[in-house]
Order: sequence, then structure tokens, then C-alpha cells
Amino acid sequence: MYQILKQIARTGIVTEPAPPSDEALRATAQRLGETILKHFGRALAIRHVDAGSCNGCELEIHALNGPYYNPERLGIRFVASPRHADLLLVTGPVSRNMETALRRTWEATPDPKLVVAIGDCGCTGGIFGESYASCGRVSNVIPVDVAVPGCPPTPTAILQGILTAISAGAKA
Amino acid sequence: MKLKELDIEVEPLAGAMPVFRASVAAAELPEVCGWSHARQARLVALWGSDETSRSAGYAVHVALAFPSGLLWLSAPLPRGNPRYPGIAGTYPAADRMQRACADLLGIRPDEGADARKWLRHGAWPESTYPLRKEFDPGKRFAQEPDRYPFVAVAGEGVHEIPVGPVHAGTIEPGHFRFSIVGEKILRLEERLGYKHKGIEKRFESMTLAEGAKLAGRISGDSTVAYAWAYAMAVEGATGTEPPGRALALRGILLELERIANHLGDLGYLGNDVALAFGFSQFWRLKEELLRVNARLFGHRYLMDAIVPGGVSRDLPRAEAEGLVRLLEAMRREVETLQAIYEEHAGAQDRFIMTGQVLPELAERMGLNGFAGRASGIKRDLRVDYPIPPYQQLDPRMISHPRGDVAARVLVRFEEVFESMRLILALVQELPTGEIRSPLAQSRSAAGVGWIEGWRGEVLIALEAEGERIHRLHPHDPSWQNWPLLEHAVHGNIVPDFPLINKSFNLSYSGQDL
Repeated sequence: MYQILKQIARTGIVTEPAPPSDEALRATAQRLGETILKHFGRALAIRHVDAGSCNGCELEIHALNGPYYNPERLGIRFVASPRHADLLLVTGPVSRNMETALRRTWEATPDPKLVVAIGDCGCTGGIFGESYASCGRVSNVIPVDVAVPGCPPTPTAILQGILTAISAGAKA
Repeated sequence: MKLKELDIEVEPLAGAMPVFRASVAAAELPEVCGWSHARQARLVALWGSDETSRSAGYAVHVALAFPSGLLWLSAPLPRGNPRYPGIAGTYPAADRMQRACADLLGIRPDEGADARKWLRHGAWPESTYPLRKEFDPGKRFAQEPDRYPFVAVAGEGVHEIPVGPVHAGTIEPGHFRFSIVGEKILRLEERLGYKHKGIEKRFESMTLAEGAKLAGRISGDSTVAYAWAYAMAVEGATGTEPPGRALALRGILLELERIANHLGDLGYLGNDVALAFGFSQFWRLKEELLRVNARLFGHRYLMDAIVPGGVSRDLPRAEAEGLVRLLEAMRREVETLQAIYEEHAGAQDRFIMTGQVLPELAERMGLNGFAGRASGIKRDLRVDYPIPPYQQLDPRMISHPRGDVAARVLVRFEEVFESMRLILALVQELPTGEIRSPLAQSRSAAGVGWIEGWRGEVLIALEAEGERIHRLHPHDPSWQNWPLLEHAVHGNIVPDFPLINKSFNLSYSGQDL
């Protein structure tokens, strides 16, 4: 126990300031009202769905949950079920074998909800494109609010995408 | 020439690794595999190809690893009803590979073999084969219901827990069907293929130069291993010799990838036994390494750093010295954390004797990579076939006979230290000169890339047609290791599944293709 406490004290706090939101990432104008956004801004529950990625984007979502970014201090946490979620974080080109599962996950998420597509594949289909096995971009399957490009996008960019999704932005 | 271990006529294949090709009649496959098995050869991969554009029929290919090198066997099959005698009786790991080959090419093993589908769910009909040359890759079919015949377990008090494809954490999609009594797992059946996105078909629309980027995205966590294997295959097929400096830099990149993945998983293994301290500490270290990767090589996960012919970016002397200093500081941190893990009674209680795979079963099923080494299988391509840059470094083989989570944790710790040592040695002896050779003019030739990635051995088997890819099979070590996870959980309690799963950390994308 002493060693653990010593290591914690020696490490200190490495968490860095959060990035500002970025309107350039917004795919659809903000649909949610001020009251809802105020609540989401304090306690946002995220369900991650890998819909067919190469697992590169997952590496950065893991990194996002690490101590340098620490999204929990912003009230953002990842939850185990879409039924607990306010926002779906979707990676990958949507494989056709995941098309139904993604749609069902989206349907299981209570309204009001947001969707953030992650990575070049989530934004455009990326190098895998559309084919017999791939539906391509996430918005080909479910509505997307914010799309974060990158292969994979950095944890800062992902966090920026999430914060953009819950910021007021331009009204629809 | 003859293969050293087997009385069979083979042709050596140009390239960095010792690879030999041989053509056999399909009917002889079981016999050749039987001999090979008796001579301790292990199955590396099985795949099929459509050769109708080369005025032939189809072919089934088997890659076997002998002490003297890799044997690539090809058995030609007729256009009508392409069948071959299956080899899953000799090599059980071949079962899923044979089923994938049937789904994608309609090349089926004879009666008696497992005929259930594997990569096909409902996205294309049963009688349609995406990897056949006549298949239009842009064609979309209406989704059909999957109706996969899971094995049902009956008996008093047995019930099922279906998990996935969407999991509770940030994990790739797959389905696990647990049959349990109380908390104990009686049986686990995996259903994968959810991430199948047509990678092999996509390769066939690409040139050798274009394919490098896709190879680096077969399994993102192993991007360096795949990019190197791809580059090695292309260099072999074209007769290109990468410069010595590029090979040393590739070694540095591969070991950086190994360290980053082991650090991340060691953090999660702490997290999974309620030692959140471990997660924070290891992910802090991993993040620091990723940032250095980005600064030195332009990418946090080193994507596209290895290209056919060499590497895309040099490592200047001052930067290399900075990397050495970082790794030396990190080594001390990891040593501190290893001592904490080892002395933590709660963590050790969860690690020891959990998810055990004994050496005999590991050998029979072909468990490979660090998980194999943690089950007493002393195999590592860097040690067994020492090619540059590993030739001069004498890499240390790290193994443990117990095969439980604790053994996999121990092997990961030791491999982190060994990779750090290898990087320091590579930086010290970094040859001068170019970092990239121009690709030689393509011949229509075959090439093989075979690399010990952090998870296990990655194989790329390539057949080029001029500048274009005729057929490319990328093989992930997870093909062999997934079935062992089904065995590792027997008799364990359901709450230990995430821990056991993470201790292997297998790739879904790499096997779903």
C-alpha cells in the first residue's frame, strides 16, 4: 500500500485542460434545446459502438479515458448499455454484419440522443469504402450530429467532437 | 530442391524470410499435413484463391512452419465443385479457416468437416462467393437473417448468457455464448465475423504500392507488424532490397508497438481486478510513449511508417538519443509497477490459476505469440528465424509454463523490458545510409511477409500480377488463439471472463477481414 501511495504522490496530476468545441466538426445543426444541453453538459453518458473499425479508433478512445484527458472530470463517462446513454460514439465503416446491431443500438438509446462518428472511416467510409461487406460512413445507417476525421483522430480531437455535440452551436 | 524436414520437392521463394513453395495434389494434402505434423511443423494459415483468370480453376493454400522455414503448399482444384480433403483433423485450428474459405470462395472441405458458415452472416447469399473473380465488389444484397446454429447445452440448471456483438466496454464487436451453471462457465462458443468488411477483395483492386496503407489497417493495434509483413512480401515479389538503416528502423518501430500494446493491456489487467491505480499508471506511460511516437515518426501508432522498400521517415541522431532517455526512464517506472503488481495480494489472487491453457493443449491447437510463450510454447520468429535487424541482437525468448493470466502478465512485463533493450541496441548500432530503396520492376511473382508482431505471428501471402495484386491473404495470429479462449474459460466464473479475455487481447478485425 505504501508503494502505491508513494507512486501516486510522485506522479501527481497529469490531466491537461480540455479543448474548446469546434463547429467545423458539426455534421448536422444542433437539434437539442438549451435545457437538455445544460443537463448533458454536466453529466453525459456515452455508449461506444464499434461498427467495423480496424480497432485503431478504439485505441484512441481507450487513451481518451486515460489520466491525461480524464473526461470524467467534465462529467463525461462511458456506460455499459445504450439504454443508459445520451450519446453514441460510433467508429468504423459500418460493416454489413454490424448494420443491424448498430441500428438496434441506436433504437435502444433513449431520446433525446446524439451521435458522434469517429475517424475517417466513420466520416466517409475511409479506405474500406462501400462494398458487398461495408455500408461505408456511419451516416449511411444512422443520423450523425458530429463527425470527427482522423486515422485515428487523437483523444483531444475525439473529446472536441463530444464537446461540440453538446454545445449550442448554430440552431437548426 | 527438397525441404530439409520433408521428402517433398520445393522451390525457394525470394525474400527476407526462408520460404519454400510446393504444389501438391489436393488428395495428398492430408498425408503431407500428417507428415508435417509428425515433424513438429505448425499450421500458420489456410486460405483459398480463384485462379480462373489464369486459365485454371481454384486453389487451396496451406502455410506450415518448419524449423528450416515456411512451407507454402498450394493444391489446384477444379472449376466445377472445388473440394479438398480438410485438414482440421490434423490441425484443429484449420476449422475456422476452412469455413471462411468456403464462405468467401465456395471452396469446401470434404464431407465430415465442419460445414457451418463463419464470416458470412446475412450480408450475402450462400451461393455467392465474394472472393471469386467474377464477383462485383460493389454489389449489395438484401440482409438475410443469420440463423447461426449455436451448440445448445442441456441439463439441470444450465442456462445461457448471450453477450454481444455490442459489448459493455470499448471492445470490438463479437458474440459470446456462455452456457453456465451458477457462476461457473461450462462452455463458451464464439461467433465472430461481425467486422468483415471485405479487406481481401479490396486488396484485389489495388496496386502493390496502394496496398501498403490498407495492410496497415487490417488490425490497427498491429499496424507496424502488418505494414512490415506487407513490405516484406512486396519486396520479395519484386526483388527489392531495403537498406540496412530502414531494417533497423523497422525493428525500432515493431518493438515500440510491442511496448505500447503491452503497457496498455497491463493497465487494463489491473483495472479488471479492481486495481484502477494500475490503469492510470500504465496509461500515463503509454500516452507518453504515443506522444514520442507522434513526434519522431509522425503518428501515435506508427501507421504508414513502414512502406515497401524501406521506411517513410528517418530518425535523426538527436531524436534517437531522446528516445533512449525516455525508454530508460520508463523502464524504471515499469519496474516499480511490476513490483507493486507482484506484491498486490488481491491482484495476484485473481491472476494466478485463472484462464489456464496448459502447454499440451496450446501445442495441439497452435496457440501462438506471447500467449503461446506464456503456455510454454517456445516460439518467436525473431529468435527462430533471425533475419536483420534481429540477427545481431540475440533476442531473448521469454516463456512461462503455467499458461494462466499471471503467466501472460509476467511474459508481457518481461517482453516490455526486452523490447526496450532491443531498441537501445538498435539505436546504438543504427547503420548510416538511405532509408528507402525504389521498388524494383514488378514481376508476376509471389512474396511472403512473416513478422512476430506483439500479439503473435502475422503472415502476408501475396501473389502479384505485374503491378497489381492478384491475391493477398493477411493472416492474424488471432485465428489460432481465439479457439483457445473458449478452452481457457472452462470452469472459471463468468466475472473472470473479461480478465481472461484481456490477458489474450485478440483481434476481431484481424480475423474478420
